[in-house]
Amino acid sequence: MTLEVIGISVLWLFLFGYIIVASIDFGAGFFSVYSHWANQQHILHRIIQRYLSPVWEVTNVFLVFFFVGIVGFFPKTAYYYGSILLVPASIAIVLLAIRGSYYAFHTYGETERNWYLLAYGLTGLFIPASLSIVLTISEGGFVEESAAGVALDYGKLFASPLSWSVVLLSVTSVLYISAVFLTYYADAAGDEQARALLRRYALLWSGPTMLSALLIIYQLRYHNPEHYDNLWNVAWMLVISFLFFVITVWLLGRQRRFGWAFIALLFQYAFAFYAYGISHYPYLLYPYLTIYDGFTNETMAMALIVAFIAGLLLLIPSLYLLMRLFLFNKAYVKGKWEGGKG
Amino acid sequence: MNGYDPVLLSRILTELTLTVHIIYATIGVGVPLMIAIAQWVGIRKNDMHYILLARRWTRGFVITVAVGVVTGTAIGLQLSLLWPNFMQLAGQVISLPLFMETFAFFFEAIFLGIYLYTWDRFKNQKKHLLLLIPVAIGSSASAMFITMVNAFMNTPQGFELKNGELVNIDPIVAMFNPAMPTKVAHVLATSYMTSAFVLASIAAWHLWKGNRHIYHRKALHLTMKTAFIFSVASALVGDLSGKFLAEYQPEKLAAAEWHFETSSHAPLILFGTLEEDNEVKYALEIPYALSILAHNHPAAVVTGLNDIPEDERPPLYIHYLFDMMVTIGVFLMVVAAVYWLGSIFRWKWTAKNWFFGLLVAGGPLAMIAIEAGWYLAEVGRQPWILRGYMKTAEGATTSAHVDTMLVLFCLLYIVLVIASATVLIRMFRRNPVERELEERANRGEVAP
Repeated sequence: MTLEVIGISVLWLFLFGYIIVASIDFGAGFFSVYSHWANQQHILHRIIQRYLSPVWEVTNVFLVFFFVGIVGFFPKTAYYYGSILLVPASIAIVLLAIRGSYYAFHTYGETERNWYLLAYGLTGLFIPASLSIVLTISEGGFVEESAAGVALDYGKLFASPLSWSVVLLSVTSVLYISAVFLTYYADAAGDEQARALLRRYALLWSGPTMLSALLIIYQLRYHNPEHYDNLWNVAWMLVISFLFFVITVWLLGRQRRFGWAFIALLFQYAFAFYAYGISHYPYLLYPYLTIYDGFTNETMAMALIVAFIAGLLLLIPSLYLLMRLFLFNKAYVKGKWEGGKG
Repeated sequence: MNGYDPVLLSRILTELTLTVHIIYATIGVGVPLMIAIAQWVGIRKNDMHYILLARRWTRGFVITVAVGVVTGTAIGLQLSLLWPNFMQLAGQVISLPLFMETFAFFFEAIFLGIYLYTWDRFKNQKKHLLLLIPVAIGSSASAMFITMVNAFMNTPQGFELKNGELVNIDPIVAMFNPAMPTKVAHVLATSYMTSAFVLASIAAWHLWKGNRHIYHRKALHLTMKTAFIFSVASALVGDLSGKFLAEYQPEKLAAAEWHFETSSHAPLILFGTLEEDNEVKYALEIPYALSILAHNHPAAVVTGLNDIPEDERPPLYIHYLFDMMVTIGVFLMVVAAVYWLGSIFRWKWTAKNWFFGLLVAGGPLAMIAIEAGWYLAEVGRQPWILRGYMKTAEGATTSAHVDTMLVLFCLLYIVLVIASATVLIRMFRRNPVERELEERANRGEVAP
């Protein structure tokens, strides 16, 4: 394995981590607001709050990790993506800012504002939509390079069916991933009412995610034939991904082993996400930038990898502690132990 | 395009983001230490007042951390969005500390989450205090790493430029560049100092309004003592920063001091205004002081602006920023010293209302000094973004939408600043100290 491949694999892993934890967070926010609006707040509110409270900051860090890491390993991405993403990324920052601050103000400041609550729920869908645009752009065809620099063709981007399919997949995935996780979480908390509702949401969103994924593959054939052909080389990964999808839906349908249902979902997304990433290789941005011509020098790459390993040695025990104290602490999950907040 | 200047707009947008972020970042670095001190004193003296102080500060702290996180994410991305050419070049040498900063912050975020939700979970308060240590270390370490990047922009090293390509890159040498020690020390010391003054302002505010509860007296005493210690530290490091500048960035020192001609026995110019043809009026001149500040010797030669190429001189208005920073710093150090002496010798006038009023102003003043200091540091590096290698104008984006984004972020920051301030005020008004003390006393907690 070359340093380039190690670098991009590590980053891809972080992006995958972000997609999972952020989806849970975004979807939970949306369900929480939806239930407020549909007068079912009493069912979902407590379970969602209990999960989100101690972990919200951690979610954001995964994203920061990814973009700091990609500029570190591939400094040329700063030039290409930095130049073209000013508008979409700025919009994403604003949405993330509104969402993050609202969450803290609401939870710790105990303020209640309806318009802010609405913004919180909607940003949960708009953020993944605006971030997923980056994946569409990476397929090429929307960027023009001239002597003045690189620029994004917004007209083409918005008119492209591919970008809308990617948006669709990101939004439906957020709702699906989140619902499956929260079903498991509600089950662990012994909250049957919440579990039943969330299980319904999970089943409701399972089909649409699969359909929009198929739609993307179909459109890729016309938009980026090279990528489409490469995708066939890893078709076996997509098949495995689909089998895990079937397992999740089957377990949810049988109403048992919700934890395994979520683990199967993790594998489903991991296989699909890596199949996409591997077939995208070696391009970071079709056709301008590959991982080889965008790579940093060897010394920096080694330094980053060493820092990364040292950092993980510090973080994994800390994350384990966080999980033991909250996410997987029976007393906490069941709400027996509420007191403690400063 | 009519007057559309992406370089100028990128500079304004970056300045705006940093102006907002630095307020929350300074609090984010300094307050965990203050909380730790209060909780530790509380445990040692078995005094619930200090424990409650730590609790209440923590509650407020979380709100400021939230805004610090989101504005920090903004600046992190804006570095690449607004300065793509700069990041493409500098990223090859200086991404290591940027990467490590993320780890430090991650570490801090995890333990802050745990600390916040485990106040009553441990029988032994000391165990809970232990959880705060990673928070304080994490926040100070992220300040250190990010300041290393800023130091690198001032004194880049750890690479060679050959035919437009960077070669012989050494990330460690780049991190430990000449600007690093003084800059990191100054950032940390002033963050602790400013946070202490901000918290002292809150206590002084209650006393000034006539609420003479012992809780507020204890709070003021603890914060003012800490503020004094870190003011002295900031001043000492500030002096070392002067010596660093004289050696490695003489143009910044010369512009800040309006030192036009290279000369020995250089006087330090304080205040004053600059007339046409660089004539200084109404200034206070301290003989030999600039030579002493720069080289520790009254006869030392200090480089003047005449030895700097004209197109590499920083704007001269940074002198006003320097004045502001130094005046406020010294003033606050004196105020804190007077307060301390007053409490030792039981002076009556330092417990008078007007003196509390003065202390109320301390927090905002300290924050103004922080802003002035950062403007001095950043504007003083102009016209360079990477001193000696890349001018600011070469680093900027060519995007056609920086103006719209500037408006967008203006609105965002207005909302964030107002919302965070209202949330904080309402949170503490709704739950006054007296009521909380009573509740805790009923549960059997003690205050001597």
